[in-house]
Amino acid sequence: MSRSSLAPVTRTPRPLVVLAVAGLLLLVGPLLAIVLRAPWPLMLEIVSRESALNALGISLGTAAAATGLSLLLGLPLSLLLAGAPSGRSSLSVRIVRSFVTVPVVLPPVVGGVALVALLGEGGLVSQPLADWFGLAPPTSAVAVVLAQTFVAMPFLVFAIEGAIRGADRRFDLVAATLGSTPSRRLVRVTLPLIAPGIAAGAALCFARALGEYGATVTFATSIPGITQTLPMAIYGELALGDRDAAIALSLVLIAVSVVVLLAFRDRWVPQVAR
Amino acid sequence: MTGLTATLRVRREEFALDVEFSVPAGGVLGVIGPNGAGKSTLLLAIAGAIELEGGAVSIDGVALDAEPERRGVGVVFQDALLFPHLTVLDNVAFGPRERGQTRPAARSLARSWLDRLGIAPLAHRRPGGLSGGEAQRVALARALAVAPSLLLLDEPLAALDVEVRDAVRADLAAHVRAFGGVTVVVAHDREDVAALAEQVLVIEGGRVVQRGTLAELTADPATEFVRRFTAGTSPSFPPSGSA
Repeated sequence: MSRSSLAPVTRTPRPLVVLAVAGLLLLVGPLLAIVLRAPWPLMLEIVSRESALNALGISLGTAAAATGLSLLLGLPLSLLLAGAPSGRSSLSVRIVRSFVTVPVVLPPVVGGVALVALLGEGGLVSQPLADWFGLAPPTSAVAVVLAQTFVAMPFLVFAIEGAIRGADRRFDLVAATLGSTPSRRLVRVTLPLIAPGIAAGAALCFARALGEYGATVTFATSIPGITQTLPMAIYGELALGDRDAAIALSLVLIAVSVVVLLAFRDRWVPQVAR
Repeated sequence: MTGLTATLRVRREEFALDVEFSVPAGGVLGVIGPNGAGKSTLLLAIAGAIELEGGAVSIDGVALDAEPERRGVGVVFQDALLFPHLTVLDNVAFGPRERGQTRPAARSLARSWLDRLGIAPLAHRRPGGLSGGEAQRVALARALAVAPSLLLLDEPLAALDVEVRDAVRADLAAHVRAFGGVTVVVAHDREDVAALAEQVLVIEGGRVVQRGTLAELTADPATEFVRRFTAGTSPSFPPSGSA
């Protein structure tokens, strides 16, 4: 018997209802406002401005690149965190996991400053790279992708780690008894089994990278046509006093996010094992 | 010494398994015991999925101590565990393919196994749409397709509906006999043991409490569990949900 099937014996206290409704309004109200105050007749004109199209293009391109980089680096990390194939997590794995959590709870602007300290002009790693190999610190879209990856990769890692933990490890044993080596099992069994989790993690990561502002603007700065993503362009329009443009571009960002989330809607709930 | 010889000592937190047994070449050993007695642990230890704290396993005098992928052991679990992303044919072809056969060769071998088990029409179906009995036949074909030297069955009939159970049991018994290697089958039902196993090993609390034929166990049960099991009152119900 699930707990929810128990009939309520008491009515919810009135003050609780009032606070709950207030909380809901605070969450829904701004979204409602942005739709109601949208400059619908001007939408097409604002969105088709060169600066807006540039920002949208940079946003989509860098978010896709950050998702790709997160998959490349984050998938092995999530396999390690999930303790594949042994299923045990040692102390070192738990320490690694808390480091992966840091970007999630860190204020994005602090993340940006940290990236500057590491990879910016004269940074901890960028200075030796410049001295020894003549490598310039990352600027342009590369800097945007690095900042977005820093912020968004943990979402991918945790989504995939959850999928691995949710998968039945006996599949791995069955594959092993059939003669499959650990690396072949990863490719032929584990990855296909967790494919929905990988897709969900990639979607979350993309959505987070697309919306990233704080770390990215701090590390990559906002250069129109080069590093200015859609969130930066939105902030810029608002700072210049063009609220219509800010709202119009925000709706574009919302639309893209909604499309991404809808595309993977069915993947959020872990698949029930058959 | 031909056949299977096993001395297994495993420690897992509160639980310890300490058993010793052998099965002659071509023999079928049934393993019974109450829930939590260590039946599944015993199978996992033989398969190499659990490290031994002590003891050894050998088959036909050759030590079985390599990684699971090099042990030549076939396993079938009660919930079949067919790879959901592969067709029935590719599930059965998986082992031969992983052992170095070309895809056409692996598939043709898989097809012959599907034929032998009478499930050739299922070849291009996905596991998701199979009935429990069909899935279990596919799982058996998959395990046998790599010609293992040892077959481990973990309650292979426990997940099946009563209507199909008799048919699958009869098929399973026939194929286990035709297999020719050593089979160890964990069972929770007197009927299953009677149809499949020649000798029965009873374990309780991680230790062997009795060994003999079903008739011997019935005539002289060593414990209350054995008495109720042989009387057919299914003492280990409800069947364990997972291994």
